[in-house]
Amino acid sequence: MSEPTIRTAERIDLLTAETSEGAQELLRRDLTTSGELSREVGAVLRLDGHSFDPNSVDYDRRDDETMIINMGPSHPSTHGVLRLMLELDGEFVLRTKPVIGYLHTGMEKTGEELSYVQGATNVTRMDYLSPVINELAYSMAVEKLLGIDVPDRAVWIRMMMSELNRVSSHLVWMATNGMDLGASSMMIYGLRERELILAFFEKTAGLRMNLNYVRPGGVAADLPDGWQDDVLVICDTIYERTFEYDQLLTGQPIFRERMVGVAPMNAEEALALSVTGPLLRSTGVPWDLRRSMPYLAYDQVEFDVIVGTFGDNFDRYAIRLNEIRESIRIIRQCIDMMPSGDYRSQDPKVTPPPRARIGESMEALIHHFKLFTEGFHVPAGEVYLAVESPRGELGCYIVADGGPKPYRLHVRGPSFVNLQAVSLLMRGGAMSDTITVISTIDPVMGEVDR
Amino acid sequence: MTGLAPMAPPGVLTAQGLAADLSCFPTREQYFSLIESFKHDAFEMCVDLCGVDYLEFAGRELPDGVHPTRFEIVVNLLSLSKRQRVRVRVQAGDEAPEVDSLFSLYPGTEAMEREAFDMFGVLFRGHPDLTRILMPEEWEGHPLRKDYGTGRVPVQFKEAPGPR
Repeated sequence: MSEPTIRTAERIDLLTAETSEGAQELLRRDLTTSGELSREVGAVLRLDGHSFDPNSVDYDRRDDETMIINMGPSHPSTHGVLRLMLELDGEFVLRTKPVIGYLHTGMEKTGEELSYVQGATNVTRMDYLSPVINELAYSMAVEKLLGIDVPDRAVWIRMMMSELNRVSSHLVWMATNGMDLGASSMMIYGLRERELILAFFEKTAGLRMNLNYVRPGGVAADLPDGWQDDVLVICDTIYERTFEYDQLLTGQPIFRERMVGVAPMNAEEALALSVTGPLLRSTGVPWDLRRSMPYLAYDQVEFDVIVGTFGDNFDRYAIRLNEIRESIRIIRQCIDMMPSGDYRSQDPKVTPPPRARIGESMEALIHHFKLFTEGFHVPAGEVYLAVESPRGELGCYIVADGGPKPYRLHVRGPSFVNLQAVSLLMRGGAMSDTITVISTIDPVMGEVDR
Repeated sequence: MTGLAPMAPPGVLTAQGLAADLSCFPTREQYFSLIESFKHDAFEMCVDLCGVDYLEFAGRELPDGVHPTRFEIVVNLLSLSKRQRVRVRVQAGDEAPEVDSLFSLYPGTEAMEREAFDMFGVLFRGHPDLTRILMPEEWEGHPLRKDYGTGRVPVQFKEAPGPR
């Protein structure tokens, strides 16, 4: 048995020498290239010559004056297994580097092994707080490749379910954000309200999370009897409670102290970093795919795109809180405008026949058998399809080779990209603000690492 | 709201993709300057960058004149002002795939390029910190390559004692 390699700080040179790729960690300044260093201090636009003021960060600090500390991957405030390495000068953060990959399970590789029918069960586990929207991006991409249309009712069900999911995701965000800031009652309230939505998901799809509800061709099941009442109760309750959150948090001095003006970002930096979702909108860019590039039936409902001004923590909080209200507005319209009809495409190549038909029709039996053993074949091609997830643009890039499995399945996780803003947002901030920054970026590690 | 269809500069091969977005097929030499011209043409954001390994699907449909290689880098650009998307597919090479890094144009590609490097072993010239991002540092091989079979390699752990 060979000697286990022990990685200690004294052996940093050895550490980088023994791997061809180099270290992922934040390194001592003398071991870091200038490009990497400026990246870690959060200089985004330095290459254009503006926005980066080298005086704002002590660039040439010696190593014995600062301290590199490691935060995570198992830290209650990192929302999963995010690991941050911080260079601190006393209380203030000079450099930050997120180190990710602790939850990497090769889901894109798994996606190549699963058929298109099974694929939805895989992508739903990526961003586990908004499973419906993951499935939606995947299913819409597959439908685009197949060239099939889904019935109206399926479109509206999908829209209503994704808005419910957006509410539940933002509620979890409100809960964890409150928890991070010490408002632990918010934690309980947020999860309590989310429970209503999860109960409705369970009633509709049979599962609370990772629903596998939206599938290529439509949705898995029709809405349960009396769903209007359930959804109305959810809408009324949560809408009312958002004003309680207002009372609890929005005006609260301790909360404001830690949110207002902390970790600002401007629109230019956000665009350069490819940041999307509430982070981008907080900088004043009115970019919401539901409005800007409408999919489903978002062009037929009324809602406002919430935009911030300063791009600070408080804007990001206010945007998410108000998006809950806007989503509820959309859900109410969905209840009123829900069309009747099929909830999934009647194309037998894509949709399994109803159970009753299998007993009496040979053809139905064959279709059923083919669909669940081999799956359907998708014509060769490639497609990129993006939807607005609670965290930003969720894109799904599929390369099909004509077989029953995707040749390549790539998911553009919004948190994966948004996480790049960490270094920028933390620059010059206090150590305690790192918690609020991570919280308001709202990364879901399942999606970051996939 | 949608403006004129995006145009590629002359000399770059294009195709109309699904979802009505334009696909461009630059050569490796044209790649950086093409993206640069799109950036000046109001494509403010590089939304996505990923690699594809076409080892088992060499017969894919490409416009005439594009020399297919095993690895391909797919870049999705987004114009917020024009509400358009453009896809750039560059053939990155067979044995030692290498393309220019877009980091100097779009700093947001940093993590995506690292991911493509990690998963496919495509090198990006000019990237500030090309290290593995999802896999552990000492991982051997690039998992999303088609010749990297699932279940073939036992799970590796950094400090596990054992024959290595």
